[in-house]
Amino acid sequence: MNPRLSVWIVNGLLAGLAAVSLFPLLWMVSVSLMPAGASSVLPVPIAPPSITLANYRQLFGSIGMGRYFLNSLGIALLGTVISVAFNVMAGYAFAKLNFRGRDAIFKTLLGALVIPGQVAMLPLFLMLKPLGLINTYGGAIVPLMASVFGIFLVRQFARGIPDDLLEAARIDGASEWRIFLTIVVPVLTPVLATLAIFSFLGAWNDFMWPLIVLTDDARHTLPVALAGLSREHVQDNELMMAGSVVTVLPVLVLFLVLQRHYMAGLMAGSVKG
Amino acid sequence: MRKVGLVGWALAAPALVVIGVFFALPVAAGLLLSLTDFDLYALADLSTLRFVGLGNYAHLLQTPLFWQALGNTFYFVAVGVPVSIGLSLGTALLLNARVAKWHGFFRTALFAPVVTTVVAVAVIWRYLLHTRYGLINQALDGIGIAPVDWLGDPRWSMPAIILFSAWKNFGYNMIILLAALQAVPREMYESARVDGAGPWRQFVDLTVPMLAPTLVMVGIMTISGYFQLFAEPYVMTQGGPLRSTVSVLYFMYEEGFRWWNLGNASAVAFLLFVVIFAVSWVLLRFDRDPGGAA
Repeated sequence: MNPRLSVWIVNGLLAGLAAVSLFPLLWMVSVSLMPAGASSVLPVPIAPPSITLANYRQLFGSIGMGRYFLNSLGIALLGTVISVAFNVMAGYAFAKLNFRGRDAIFKTLLGALVIPGQVAMLPLFLMLKPLGLINTYGGAIVPLMASVFGIFLVRQFARGIPDDLLEAARIDGASEWRIFLTIVVPVLTPVLATLAIFSFLGAWNDFMWPLIVLTDDARHTLPVALAGLSREHVQDNELMMAGSVVTVLPVLVLFLVLQRHYMAGLMAGSVKG
Repeated sequence: MRKVGLVGWALAAPALVVIGVFFALPVAAGLLLSLTDFDLYALADLSTLRFVGLGNYAHLLQTPLFWQALGNTFYFVAVGVPVSIGLSLGTALLLNARVAKWHGFFRTALFAPVVTTVVAVAVIWRYLLHTRYGLINQALDGIGIAPVDWLGDPRWSMPAIILFSAWKNFGYNMIILLAALQAVPREMYESARVDGAGPWRQFVDLTVPMLAPTLVMVGIMTISGYFQLFAEPYVMTQGGPLRSTVSVLYFMYEEGFRWWNLGNASAVAFLLFVVIFAVSWVLLRFDRDPGGAA
């Protein structure tokens, strides 16, 4: 094939696909800035006829989106901090500390990956009820606090820490806890970033469990609130687009800033075996 | 050495306790729950709870809506997974082409939908698919195609959800397949070219075999994920029209948290698990059996 032609075809197709990927997101921003009803005319406008922040004012005013935003932020942040701490400790232990039953437990954990999370949701709801955790942030955070994927990810990285380094510290009389904090954690910093962004995005975007456990409107996270609002406000296109912007923008920005760490986790998680 | 072992246990314990108490225990309890008639009355007074053996499972297999949900979910998986992975593979091949430019920009743009919140982008797509004011119908109108009632016609509701899911998810597998493609040494293509193989022969004889293990892994992960369809119909169609988008999990959610038939809903969850497990197992066998993979 003519090489000039193939340059055009390949890059033309890529540009077309990139446009399809980005268009719904750009259109969301555009419609969110339109006055109420402006997007429901023919032909459907792509750019706003006039720009207004009225939808955002209504969202954060009478609808109380700020509350949902803080709920989402609190649950995602706390869930991320706890899960990063627990997964890093466990991942390092599975990689470098030879405790009894270690390999059998690790194999069991990997085997458990085939069980879809929803299998646990109904009984977990019943278990949390007598504990008073239904409709609390604690109840929403509980399943986020550790993950097999996270432990696996940390273990992969931690196996690269030279044993001599740890032994030398032990001979110098450093305690195991000190070794963990001053030698292991600094070496694992890149994987901590990867783990944190994965946990945060997962928690922020999560829908089914918060929908089940957060029964009271005031406790809803953004996706749960948005799903409810979109059923009530079917006709309010512009308002719903503003709600989608508020929900999606934080994770998109976070991804763009930490993209390198995110992709590293994606690759490590997809290693076969 | 004994001290190290003790420290190992101490460091692993918090995560293991969390996974044990909040995952393993509920899974085991769920199996027991699926053998009882746990319902709204049992929620109020546990003494009304009865053991019903496999009664819930037998009942489900006689419930038409369960079969419809299973059928809808299989439709979504059988069409949605090949469409999604096909799109992932196509874009990965384009990105890997030597003539591709602005590599970083295209990769980020194509991946962006993956990190978005399903609920929020489903809301966007609900408007894009609107019969009268949706841009998709407007574009179709431009090439002379009559408007389609995407989310209101039972024949089009599932294709619409598949279209949306492909857009949302293809970037994930694209990145994994792109990495697998980049791992194929360029020299292998050079020598194939010297042997007179054209682009199509290079793809069939070289690229496909090199990608096969990654494709099987990506396939299993995607199938497992697609069987767990829930938020998309919840937001876009509420299971309708005419229950054409009720998925297994949507059915489980309604059984469990709308009608409070928690015993029955647990049986649904386990049946879904068995289906996912069986399909993955068959695919893995296919991968390992050299006669099967042509």
